[in-house]
Amino acid sequence: MVVLVVGFYCGLASMYNYKRGTLGLNGKPLVSIISAGMSKFGKREGLLAREIFSEAAYEAFSRCPKLEPKKDIKAMFIGHMGEAYEHQGHTGSAIADWAGLTGIPATRTEAACASSGVALCSGIYAVLSGLSDVVIVGGVEKMTHRTTAEVTEYLTMASDYPFEQWHGITFPGLFALMATAHMHAYGTTEQQIALAAVKNHYHGSMNPKAHMQKEVSLETVMASRYVAWPLKLYDCSLITDGASCIILTKPELAGKYTDQPVHIIGSGQASDTIGLYERKSLTSLNATKLAAKTAYEMAQLKPHNMDLAEVHDCFTFAELMAYEDLGFCEAGKSGEFIESGATRIGGKIPVNTSGGLKAKGHPVGATGTAQAYEMYLQLTGQAGKRQVKNAKVGLSHNVGGSGATAAVHIYRSAQ
Amino acid sequence: MSAEDPFTIEQFYKFLGQQKLMAGKCLKCEKIHLPPRPMCDNCFSREFEWISVSGKGKLLTYTVISIAPEQFQALTPYAVGIVELEKGLKIPGMIQGIKQEQLKIGMALNLDFSTCNTPQKWPQWPRYCFKP
Repeated sequence: MVVLVVGFYCGLASMYNYKRGTLGLNGKPLVSIISAGMSKFGKREGLLAREIFSEAAYEAFSRCPKLEPKKDIKAMFIGHMGEAYEHQGHTGSAIADWAGLTGIPATRTEAACASSGVALCSGIYAVLSGLSDVVIVGGVEKMTHRTTAEVTEYLTMASDYPFEQWHGITFPGLFALMATAHMHAYGTTEQQIALAAVKNHYHGSMNPKAHMQKEVSLETVMASRYVAWPLKLYDCSLITDGASCIILTKPELAGKYTDQPVHIIGSGQASDTIGLYERKSLTSLNATKLAAKTAYEMAQLKPHNMDLAEVHDCFTFAELMAYEDLGFCEAGKSGEFIESGATRIGGKIPVNTSGGLKAKGHPVGATGTAQAYEMYLQLTGQAGKRQVKNAKVGLSHNVGGSGATAAVHIYRSAQ
Repeated sequence: MSAEDPFTIEQFYKFLGQQKLMAGKCLKCEKIHLPPRPMCDNCFSREFEWISVSGKGKLLTYTVISIAPEQFQALTPYAVGIVELEKGLKIPGMIQGIKQEQLKIGMALNLDFSTCNTPQKWPQWPRYCFKP
């Protein structure tokens, strides 16, 4: 009877997994990261995007001496948002060329600020399909040679043109619309929102590759001028040049290349309406919730299992909203959550240990895989002064535009 | 307006230039689309009728933009918001004719056609705004 019941139960369980369509891996690795690289983020005068990317690729190749890039790497996916910055489109092949990988299929993925989060999803598909054993995914953007007005205009192209851009709504404007609604609905304050900037600059002060490596006070953030009320200059991420990449392989091949792989055990990508105005909620991002649900189910883990996270703080308020949408705290409670110190290094779940988009910088196309790079460093114990003790499981969250795209990944150390 | 008017964003703005706020109603599932769409995203039907929508609404959220792309720089700081019209329809736009510190979520606003000038080249979309 016991055997019968157990058999019945297992049958049900496997049927459930099959129907759910999450590849049925149930927490097993989808792919393994065998190496990673990131350029210095900042104002990289005199360099083109392809040249900055070669810096990230060089680090990734150097970290993994057993990898023969020209022989082993079978495909490339590159996140890159805007051809307007450098008057250069067709960036998949351009980047492969300067990375010394000409000949392999090189595909550019574009999903605004989630371009390389989506490149990572594509790379996972490529490895899981069985067609490409080793894949390089990354992203790049060169922005600082343009004026703030030009960058504002190029970034705005990721929002709805006929109603949002046309009526003068900028990117900070879109997140400000959500912040205003959140403050009204839950009593969240400008000061609570500003705490994300203070925390991320503190974390960034320990990251030698961050664009800004100095702490800022709450007073400085609060006294900075408004960009789009209630968001101020110090609530905004930085206009930055930079590139990042990671190298993926099948979990069973990882040992051939490294003793210290990091496994990706959950991957979710989701979309939402292009116009913010058409959404049911103005205080949360449904794409984040959907992508997170997929990733958590694949990983067979819950938000409270995460030891750390890199979340998309394009604006400080976006980080608070991410706490709620990713399930780190209840809806409406993110203000109190950040005040508690839970998301600072040493807290319950350190968030944006790299400094985040706020202090590390936000070269939009490079951001998604720069988050994965931080996960790689943290989960292999190589994060230096900002190392989170005993970090085993982490999450990255990359948002495109005002939330029409989100990509969420869950990582686990091999140890 | 006739059945031949296509259910497009271009046509929505043509109506605005004629001081009419129009939405597309799906004849199959009755979903109302503002802006109109050529295919219903709910039931995939391509059969619609035009319905007139009142410009009276309430402010759902707002911001005041100080840093803007070049074409809007002369207007800074300017207020924009998302306004909920009848039947739960929502539309964004600039808010004028009110001191910015008096803006309040929930306040009544009206779509104003007086700023609707049609540009000479694409996109020929007249810019409406909201006023108290």
